[in-house]
Amino acid sequence: MTDASADRLELRNVTKAFPGVLANDRVSFRVRPGELHALLGENGAGKSTLVKMIYGVQHPDDGEIVVDGTPVRIASPRAARAMGIGMVFQHFSLFEPMTVLENIALGLDERLSASALEGRIRAVLARYGLSLDPHRTVSTLSVGERQRIEIVRALLLEPRLLIMDEPTSVLTPQEVAQLFETLRALAAGGCSVLYISHKLHEIRVLCDAATIMRGGKVVGTCVPAQETPRSMAEMMIGGSLKDVRKAAAKGFGPEKLVVDRLTLAGGGDFDVALRDVSFSVRAGEILGIAGVAGNGQNELMLALSGETPVANAGAVRLDGAPVGTLPIARRRRRGLAAVPEERNGHAAVPGFTLAENAVLTARYRKGMVRHGVILGAVARGYAEEVIARFGVRATGPQAMAGALSGGNLQKFIMGREVLQVPEVLVVSQPTWGVDAGAAAAIHQALVDLAARGSAIVVVSQDLDELLAISDSLAVINEGRLSPKRSVGEISRDEIGLLMGGVHGEHAGGENAAEREAERA
Amino acid sequence: MTEAMAVSILMTVIGAATPLLLAALGELVAEKSGVLNLGIEGMMLVGAVTGFAVTSSTGMHLLGLLAAMAAAVGASMIFGVLTISLASNQVATGLALTIFGIGLSSMIGESFVGLTIAPLGPVFPAALAEDPLLRLVFGHSILVYVSLVMTAAVAWFLTRSRGGLILRAVGENDHSAHSIGYSVTTVRYAAVAFGGAMAGLAGCYYSMVQTPMWADELTAGRGWIALALVVFSAWRPWRLLAGAYLFGAVMTFELHAKAAGLNIVPPEFLAALPYLATILVLALISSRRSVGSAAPACLGQPFRPST
Repeated sequence: MTDASADRLELRNVTKAFPGVLANDRVSFRVRPGELHALLGENGAGKSTLVKMIYGVQHPDDGEIVVDGTPVRIASPRAARAMGIGMVFQHFSLFEPMTVLENIALGLDERLSASALEGRIRAVLARYGLSLDPHRTVSTLSVGERQRIEIVRALLLEPRLLIMDEPTSVLTPQEVAQLFETLRALAAGGCSVLYISHKLHEIRVLCDAATIMRGGKVVGTCVPAQETPRSMAEMMIGGSLKDVRKAAAKGFGPEKLVVDRLTLAGGGDFDVALRDVSFSVRAGEILGIAGVAGNGQNELMLALSGETPVANAGAVRLDGAPVGTLPIARRRRRGLAAVPEERNGHAAVPGFTLAENAVLTARYRKGMVRHGVILGAVARGYAEEVIARFGVRATGPQAMAGALSGGNLQKFIMGREVLQVPEVLVVSQPTWGVDAGAAAAIHQALVDLAARGSAIVVVSQDLDELLAISDSLAVINEGRLSPKRSVGEISRDEIGLLMGGVHGEHAGGENAAEREAERA
Repeated sequence: MTEAMAVSILMTVIGAATPLLLAALGELVAEKSGVLNLGIEGMMLVGAVTGFAVTSSTGMHLLGLLAAMAAAVGASMIFGVLTISLASNQVATGLALTIFGIGLSSMIGESFVGLTIAPLGPVFPAALAEDPLLRLVFGHSILVYVSLVMTAAVAWFLTRSRGGLILRAVGENDHSAHSIGYSVTTVRYAAVAFGGAMAGLAGCYYSMVQTPMWADELTAGRGWIALALVVFSAWRPWRLLAGAYLFGAVMTFELHAKAAGLNIVPPEFLAALPYLATILVLALISSRRSVGSAAPACLGQPFRPST
């Protein structure tokens, strides 16, 4: 890489304040042409505000944004696009009932005929080796394909700086691998990429440089390839990362949750049915269920939580009693609690306060209802306890769930379930989109809960997470669950094979090795 | 049945269908942008009384039509300010607009009750329409042709034009449209105003073409049928045309059954037929899940831009 040309992007003392918060405090850093630059920080460190200013959605109070050596004022996203700055948002701005072509047309400032646009889309797809049918309706596409629409929309503008906000949090390993290929091809062509992600091992593999933010300030820079995910996480939180403390060589109690030949017919077009899924979890045991998204995890979660009761009551047994046909609330009363993957609208109601959200799942076990009347003080007290014990950053039990950042809401939701001390806790993606510090706290809470004698099932796509906290592992693939194995006696390679010919971790490792070789 | 009688029945069907089509087209565009305006009936009445009053005072039909559209747009803008700018509940505000329109038209129309105006006649020379079959083609007022042209225009606009694409985008996902850089507010105001103008024209059809005299609540709930038609059509203009003519036929059946002295069922039942058909259609449609997905995703939801 040469330094002959000016920096693609330079921030000089960029400052932005919101009422009560200094979101960005004299932030300065540089991104060179063709550089893959990571922006790291915990939730609320000010990364999103910063990139919104670079993309013209918000405007700095003070400081300068310099593009290609020229100080600029970026008034709007349109102005940013005109300067060659593209952005792919974490939450896609797509229109479901419309075609790919129409969606892309809406995002372009230029007016093109449908056929001319299609020609240009196909040219971009061919150049980066992406596949996408311009005439498909968005509602029929997978998450990865949807993201590809956003990327193609950005690439059509031939950007010189592409901002990506948490692009891989919803992708399967194959889709991540393909995204990285695209980004590398882009960078090779001279486009700079500003990459925000919590997945530090991905950043290590992908990015050339990283800027680390904490509390709205730049606190450091590093070359990710020379760091470990752990060292980067420690720079982000500004302290040492706590290891998950597991009691050594503990014994397990009796079987708490037994799933016996659970079979479910697929509902919609994309649902994978469950075929003869059997497993058991003992008291004190954490069972991890690994697998690529969309292989039956959702159905399994719904069947365990009670959202889709199963026909055969004996297929799900709690402490020996059949509960397969019981609805959610009855299962909760018996001590089977479930935390779904989606925080907003599934695990919590965004428009409710934290206290009200506490009532939704803890009302029986925490005695919040008497004669059909909610005891507000009890609910508030419990919410306060959750906030205090789990370090939830919120103004109090009356804060709206929707006002919390993703990581903080997740901590609240996990705390709400864990402090009820359920007999069995089933969790999906417990640290999805959560920063390293919060993730460590959630992992510790799960381990501690198991130590108190609860049985826990963790469904996750994050293998590192499962290996860190689970006692035993099973892999789900196309609706079938592999036999349970103790974590100590199963290797990553074996898990990868079980996941069904998916070698995401493996490929990543190879690429990292290649890059190290290039550097040498 | 003689040829003349058949033509006369068909003419009645067209007459019954045209105002439904006009009003429903306007509502379809408004709903496509994500605004559910239940005030069609009110806007139609405001248009009807304004058209009648202006024509009665000036003797100029064209002026009456323009004034009717302007007045109905004005009524729709009250709704627009409340629901789009102030993010009030669209259902409640729409109902209020209907009640307001009924009251306002009744008040304005008080001094016109019983007066008549020269009806808005066929747009083509009478010589062209002497033959009964030619009368079917050339024997209508301007509003009939306007309704047909507007069907084609709305269909083209929604599916082929960039403006239509943006309008649909706003109705499907207002936050995305906003983040891409489109003004949700502007698009929705324009769509609501179009809905108002079309409802105004539809109202005129009753006060200036069909019965060129004023009576309270002249539109007799037809605005609600127009509303049902939009759902019936699954938000597609050409299907809307078919639906309007189907309902027109049902209403005509009532008239002709009465005229023919058909006494098997009480006349009140026949009069209620179009409204029963409306309920039936709405119930049938809402029981089919596929139609639910045809509705614009943001229909009825106020848009509050987040930072």
